Amino acid sequence: MSTDTATPARTSPPPRETRRPGRLRRSWDKHWYAWVMVAPVVIVLGVLIFYPLGRGIVLSFTNLTEANQLAEICSKSITGTEQCKANPNAWEFVGLDNYTNILSGKIGKFWQWLGVTLLWTVGCVVFHYAIGLGLAVLLNRPMRGRGVYRVLLILPWAVPAFVSAFAWRFMFNENFGLINSVLESVGIERVAWFADWRTSLLTAIITNIWLGVPFMMVTLLGGMQTIPGEQYEAAEIDGATPWQRFVNITLPGLRPVSMTVLLLGTIWTFNMFPIIFLVNGGGPAGQTEILVTGAFRAAFEGIRNYSLASTYGVLILSILLVFSVFYRRALRKQGEVW
Amino acid sequence: MTMTMAPGTTAGQSAPAPQANKPSRAKRSPLASLGLHATLIVASLIALTPIVWVVLSSFKPEQWVQSSELSLVKEPTLGNYEYVLFETNFGTWMLNSVIIAVVTMVIGILMSATTGYALSRFNFPGRRKLMMVFLVTQMFPVAILIVPIYQIMATLGLINTHASLVIAYLTIAVPFCSWMLKGYFDSIPTSLDEAASIDGCGPFQTFWRVIMPLARPGIAVTAFYTFLTAWGEVAYASAFIQTDDRFTLAYGMQQFVPQFNAQWEYLTAAAVLVTVPAGLVFLYAQRHLVSGLTAGGTKG
Repeated sequence: MSTDTATPARTSPPPRETRRPGRLRRSWDKHWYAWVMVAPVVIVLGVLIFYPLGRGIVLSFTNLTEANQLAEICSKSITGTEQCKANPNAWEFVGLDNYTNILSGKIGKFWQWLGVTLLWTVGCVVFHYAIGLGLAVLLNRPMRGRGVYRVLLILPWAVPAFVSAFAWRFMFNENFGLINSVLESVGIERVAWFADWRTSLLTAIITNIWLGVPFMMVTLLGGMQTIPGEQYEAAEIDGATPWQRFVNITLPGLRPVSMTVLLLGTIWTFNMFPIIFLVNGGGPAGQTEILVTGAFRAAFEGIRNYSLASTYGVLILSILLVFSVFYRRALRKQGEVW
Repeated sequence: MTMTMAPGTTAGQSAPAPQANKPSRAKRSPLASLGLHATLIVASLIALTPIVWVVLSSFKPEQWVQSSELSLVKEPTLGNYEYVLFETNFGTWMLNSVIIAVVTMVIGILMSATTGYALSRFNFPGRRKLMMVFLVTQMFPVAILIVPIYQIMATLGLINTHASLVIAYLTIAVPFCSWMLKGYFDSIPTSLDEAASIDGCGPFQTFWRVIMPLARPGIAVTAFYTFLTAWGEVAYASAFIQTDDRFTLAYGMQQFVPQFNAQWEYLTAAAVLVTVPAGLVFLYAQRHLVSGLTAGGTKG
C-alpha cells in the first residue's frame, strides 16, 4: 500500500536510543501514527463489544436470572437497620447445563426456531438477490424514465424498518387490511394471515423482501457499472445472445460484489430482529419465532432469564461464524481472493 | 400475477445490454420495450403501494381505517395527526429519538474517521485483523450483547437513560462507520497524501487538512446512515427504556398497536410523521451510499 509514500520518512529512531531497538520498538516507530489513529476505535471495540461479549459467554455457563441475580438479600428490620444475608438461591456456575437444556429441547424450542430462521433467511436472501438482480439488469440500460424508476424502486429503503413492519402488519390485517380487501374484490376469500404459522411467516418474509430488495438492486447496479462496456461490444460482435452475455459477462463481473452482499445479506437477515418482532410477533403462539427474537423474549419477558438468552446468543454467533468460515473457504477454493 | 410473469418475458427478449453503446434503445423492439417498462412500472407500484396506503389511511377517520370497504380516502381529516401530535407524547419521543440518533452519529463519526483513514492508507501490523473484526461484529446478534450491556448499564445505574441507548448503538455504529469511511477514503487518490507529505504535512495534518475536506460527501452519507440506524432501532430501545417520557419513536409507536384494540389510525399518522424526515435524509444520501459500502467490501 502507500505506507511509505504517503507519510513523511520517520525511519531513524530517536537518537537517545542507544541499544539496538527491538522488533516491537522498530515496528512502533514505523507505524505509531497508524496505531494512534485506530486506537479510539480499538478501545471502543474492546470496552463496548468484546468486554460484553466475554461477559455474555461467561453468563451462558451460569444460571443467572432476574430472580437470583443478587448475591445478598437485604431486608429492613423494625429498628430501621438494614440486615443482609447471603442469598441461598444465588446464581451459580452450571457448566454446560444451558447448552444441553437448549440443544436437547428441554427448554425453549431451539430446533424449531432454527428451522424457522433458516426458512426465513433462505427465503428472504434468495428473493432479495433474484429480484434485486433482475431489476438491476433492467435499470442498467439506456431508457426513458430511468431516474424516476430508480428513485421509486429505492423508496422502500428510505422507510425506517419499524415503520415498514407496522405498515405491512396493517395491510395484512384480517378484517380491514388492504390485501384482504383486494383479494375479496377479485372473489377470493379473505385469509387469516396471522392464524397459521405458514401464512404468518409469509407475511414477515414478504415484508422483509420488500424492505431489502432496494439495497441489493442498488449495490448490484453499482457493480454492473464497473464492468467495462468493451466486453459487451466484443461479445456482440461474436454473435452472443443477450442471455449468453448475461451469463458469461454480467454474472462473472458481478462476482466480487455478489459475494459480499450475499454474505452480509445472510448475516443481517439471520439476525433481523424488528420484522418478526413487529409484523407477526412470532405468532401464532410463538411458532414463527426466529432465534434472535426467541432469545430476546427469554431475556426480557416473564422472569428474565439472562443466562439462557446469552446461551442463545453464543449459539447464534457460532452458527454464523461457522457459516462464514465455510463460505470463505468455498470462495477460496474457486480461486477468489477475498 | 403480473409480477411473476413479467420479468421472465422481458429477460428472454432483451437481457442485459448495459451501457455498451447508445444505439441500444433504438435496437430494442417495441415489444421488448413494452415488457421492460411494464415490469418496471409493476415493480415501482409494488414498492409504492404500502407507503401510499399508509399515507392515505392516515387521513381517514377511525371507522374508515377499520373498514373492509376498499376506498382511497373518505371524509379526509387531520384528526389523527392532531391526536398524535397533541394528545400523546409523540413530540417527546421524536425529540428523544433525534437526540439519541444525533449523539450516536457525532460520536461514531468522530471516532471512526481516523480509523477509516488509517485502514485505507497504512499497511500496519494488525490491519487485516481489524478489518476481520469489523466483519465479525456484523455477525453479533443483538441477543448476545443485549444482556451483558443491560447488566453493565444496570450496574452503572444507566437503565432508562438516553446514555445507555447511545452506548448500545455505538456498538453498531463504530464498526459500520469505520468500514464505510475506509471505502470513501480509498476513493481519494493517494497522490494527494504524497503531495501533502512533500509539503511537510505529518500524517495527522494530511488527514485533517487534506483528506477530511475532500471526504465530506462520504462522511455526510455515513453520518446520515448512522443516524437512520439509530432512528429505527427497536430491540435495545424496547429493553432499556421503561418510562413513557423517555421512549424513542420505535418503541413509543408500539403503544398504538397493542395486541388488542390497536389504534391503526393513529399509528399511520405517526408513521408518516416519522418517515418524512428520515426519507428525505435518506434520498439525499443514497446516491453516495452504495459506492462506499461496496468499495469497503470488495477491496478488503
